[in-house]
Parts: sequence; structure tokens; C-alpha cells
Amino acid sequence: MNWDWDVVADFMPRFWDGVLVTLQALVLGSLLAFSLGLVWAIAQRSKVKLIRWPVVGITEFIRNTPLLVQLFFLFYVVPEWGPSMSPLVTGVIGLGLHYSTYTAEVYRAGIDGVPVGQWEAATALSLPRTRTWTAVILPQAIRRVVPALGNYVVAMLKDSPMIAVIGAFEMLGEARAFSNETFTFEAYTIVGIAFIVIAYPASLLIRAMERRLVK
Amino acid sequence: MSNDTPNPAPEDKPQTPEGKPQTPEAAPGVPEALAHVNPKVDGSELIRFDRVTKRFGDHVVLDDLEFTVASGKHVTLIGPSGSGKTTILRLLMTLLKPDEGTISVGGRYLTHEERNGKLVPAGEKHIREVRKNIGMVFQQFNLFPNMRVLRNITEAPVHVLGLSKEEAEERARELLELVGLTEHVDKYPSQLSGGQQQRVAIARALAMRPQVLLLDEVTSALDPELVAGVLDVLRDIAHTTDITMLCVTHEMNFARDISDDVLMFNEGRVIESGSPEKMFNDPDHPRTREFLSAVL
Ligand SMILES: Nc1ncnc2c1ncn2[C@@H]1O[C@H](COP(=O)(O)OP(=O)(O)OP(=O)(O)O)[C@@H](O)[C@H]1O
Ligand SMILES: [Mg+2]
Repeated sequence: MNWDWDVVADFMPRFWDGVLVTLQALVLGSLLAFSLGLVWAIAQRSKVKLIRWPVVGITEFIRNTPLLVQLFFLFYVVPEWGPSMSPLVTGVIGLGLHYSTYTAEVYRAGIDGVPVGQWEAATALSLPRTRTWTAVILPQAIRRVVPALGNYVVAMLKDSPMIAVIGAFEMLGEARAFSNETFTFEAYTIVGIAFIVIAYPASLLIRAMERRLVK
Repeated sequence: MSNDTPNPAPEDKPQTPEGKPQTPEAAPGVPEALAHVNPKVDGSELIRFDRVTKRFGDHVVLDDLEFTVASGKHVTLIGPSGSGKTTILRLLMTLLKPDEGTISVGGRYLTHEERNGKLVPAGEKHIREVRKNIGMVFQQFNLFPNMRVLRNITEAPVHVLGLSKEEAEERARELLELVGLTEHVDKYPSQLSGGQQQRVAIARALAMRPQVLLLDEVTSALDPELVAGVLDVLRDIAHTTDITMLCVTHEMNFARDISDDVLMFNEGRVIESGSPEKMFNDPDHPRTREFLSAVL
């Protein structure tokens, strides 16, 4: 097999389409995972059992079932009685929801790592509960876990090809379709390189943040 | 039990605890920053522990404890390790709940509230209201590391007392002057020495203008050379204000200086109390003598 630059050129337009989908899924999925995970983490510390237990149950369930199954469920089952969503939106929700159960654990560790003296000082000053969370606890907790959250962004990047199964053609989905049509292999190589080009600087960034933020 | 518990407040025991509004009135010679710290200087009962029992598992730490502290008094708690001194302060700060008995502050129950004529454990809102009268300085400072010095001090006045940012900052700057840290307003706690951090913590507690200040071994975590600066600030506050202080300390000279009363704890009870002269020079109880000979 010889490397054919013409094939590469043919693939490029679809490659960029795929890159766009990958990045959209990654950025929006991460934002969803970061915010939803925080909600889970705080709810898991609620004094109200009726809040705490369902959240613990749901997050455990989502974390312990395959992302692929969740994507199929969101795309084929949910529209039966809910809204039907585009493949990309479904993919973002699937990735975001799945990874929110991991980020929830990360936040939880961060929150547990805030010394109990901080809670006590907040109590001694009679700070309202929401203020204690937003001004005292979370700023300290999140700072410490930013690198760990970053690791999950990289993990999500590696899982992002799964959304192709519901028709959101990200980079790898595009490459597979193209290669099947043309009986060529170059597209896979290009996409492989693209993953490295995205993931490697990301992990460097995470390590830099780790040095800066985690003391 | 109540027979041998001393009552540092010679004054009347008030009838039933009930909220009485207090008129702010600065004592003469009080620094501007502390002008409103403790309006009530009439020496009436401010803190009351009524048959308080606290257990951790099977371990009875406070046993049917009764004592009162009169408004404006500076009281030092002494006693061997594990005798329950910290527990008392943490109960007052509502960081712990008593298993039995009641605690009242300024004539209002801290631990309970009356509902339909019955005494029930206090709800969050009630606790919050009564607790505003109490401030605490911790052994480990517990400043908020994510906030600069100024905001450490203004955070609660703004978000609890509802002061405007400007009012709170003005108050904070006055207090920083009092504790001698004006040039450090914009630093983060990690940029300060332990002694400086503890002085910020004192300013932070005072910014809420509490009637009661709780001090639990506030110099124990400091390097020896930094202790004096913090104690000087506290002496200053003790001598120029009428804020009520409950103080646990191993600094016996400091205790002698500022205390109106010294309470000796042993096994969850007050076994002796009196003026610092009496307690340090000529205590009656053999346990007190034994304890003091070990620490002095
Ligand atoms: N959270 C807790 N759980 C279990 N036991 C506790 C807890 N806090 C305190 N104790 C126990 O209660 C007793 C009284 O503790 P406390 O801290 O009030 O003593 P202290 O007089 O302040 O002692 P020290 O001089 O060492 O500070 C000790 O035996 C301690 O081990
Ligand atoms: Mg103690």
C-alpha cells in the first residue's frame, strides 16, 4: 500500500466536518459534564435523603453502564415519549451525562479535601449556606480538581467516536465512511494524527495547571 | 452538682431566657473600631450553661455542667487536657450540640427555642440569629485562603449583617489598624506569618461585633516569637472594651492579666473558680494545685 496524497486531499473537506463535530461534542459535552457533575456532588451532600438517595442511585447507575448503551437509549428510546434531538445534541447530552458522573466524584474529592476548619469558620461567622458553598468551599475545592477534570476531557475525547453510532459523524466516523467508500486507508492515519494533535497539548496544559493549582 | 459549681456572676440569675433588645452604648475609652462591640456592660448574666451534658459515644465529656458568665467578663478556662474546655467553646459556637441541658446567650436559648409553649431543639434560623452574638478565634486561624485579608474580614458583615461593601471595608480597615496590619489588606493569608494570620482572624471575628468572643488556644499553633504580638492585641481588646471573653489558654501570665475569673475544669465539671489572684496563688482544690504546679 502506498501513501496517496490525492486521497488525502479528497478526504480533507469531510475531515474538517468531522473535526468540527468532535470539537463541538467535546466542548459542549465538557461544559455539561462540569456543571452537572457539580450539581450531583452538592446534591450528594444534601441533608435531605429524598435528594441525596436518588442522585446517588442515578449517578451510580449511569457510571456503571456503557456509554454506548446510553447513547442508543437517548437516541432511539427517549424520542418515543420525549423530544427527538439531532445526533449531535444527543451525543453531547450522552457524553456530558456520562462524564458528569465521573466529574461528580472528582468534585466530591475536592470538597472533602477542604479542611473542616473552613466549614467551622463559616459557621462561626454565620455565613448563609449558599454563601459558604459559593464563596468558601467551592473556590477551594475546584481549584484543586481542575487538573483531574482536565483528564476527563481527554478521556471524553477518546470516547467521542462513539457518537458516530447514532449518526453524529465526528472525525473517526467520517474517516470510516470515507475509507469504506474509497477502499483507502489514509483517512484513518489523518484522524489518528488529529487525535494526538488535540490530546497532547491538552495533557501538557493539564500538567501545567496541576503544577500551578495543586499545592 | 449545682451546689459545688461556682457562679462567676455574683448578680441575679435572670428568670426565663427571653430576647431583650439591647441599647448600644459605647464605654468610654473604647477605640472607634470597637465602639459597638459590646453594648451591654451592666454585668448581668450573658452566658448560661444549664445542666449541660455532652457525650461522645460512651465517653461523658461534660457532666451536668452548670455555669454562668456575666456580661463584659473575661473568663479563662483551665484544666487538664481532655477536661472539655474546647467542647464548651464549640457548644457555644454551635459546632456541637449538647445531649442534655440548655445553653443561653443574652437571655435567649442558643440550643432550643420555644414553640407553642414547649422547649424544642432550635431550628437553623433561630440558631443563626442567636449565634450572631458570638465570635470565635480558632487555634488554626481558619482564614479563607481564597480571599484577601480585606475580604476575609468583610465577607460576613456584608453577607450576614447586610452592611454595604463600603461600610464593611471601613470597619475592616479600622480593625486592621487595631491589630496592626494596615499594610497587609491586599495580601492573601498564605502571604502572612502565623501571628499575622491570627490577628486577621481576630479582626474577622470582631467585625461581626459579637457580644462574646471565644478564644481556644489561639497562640498554640504559633512560633514562640509570634505569640507576644497576638497576646498584646488581645490584651488591648480585653482592657479597652467590654466584650465578654471566654478564653482557653496555656499562657498563664496572659490569663492572669486579662481574666476576671478563672474556671478550673476537671472531668467535665467546674471544680473551682475565682479571681486569677486567688486561683493562681492560693487555690483551694488539690486538683487545681496539682494542675497549676504542672503548667506554671
Ligand atoms: N469529635 C469528637 N469525637 C470523639 N471524642 C471527642 C471529640 N471531640 C472531643 N472528644 C473527646 O472529648 C474530651 C474533651 O475534649 P476537649 O477537646 O473538649 O478537651 P480540652 O479540655 O479542650 O483538651 P485540650 O487541653 O487537650 O485541648 C476528650 O477526651 C476528647 O478526646
Ligand atoms: Mg482544647
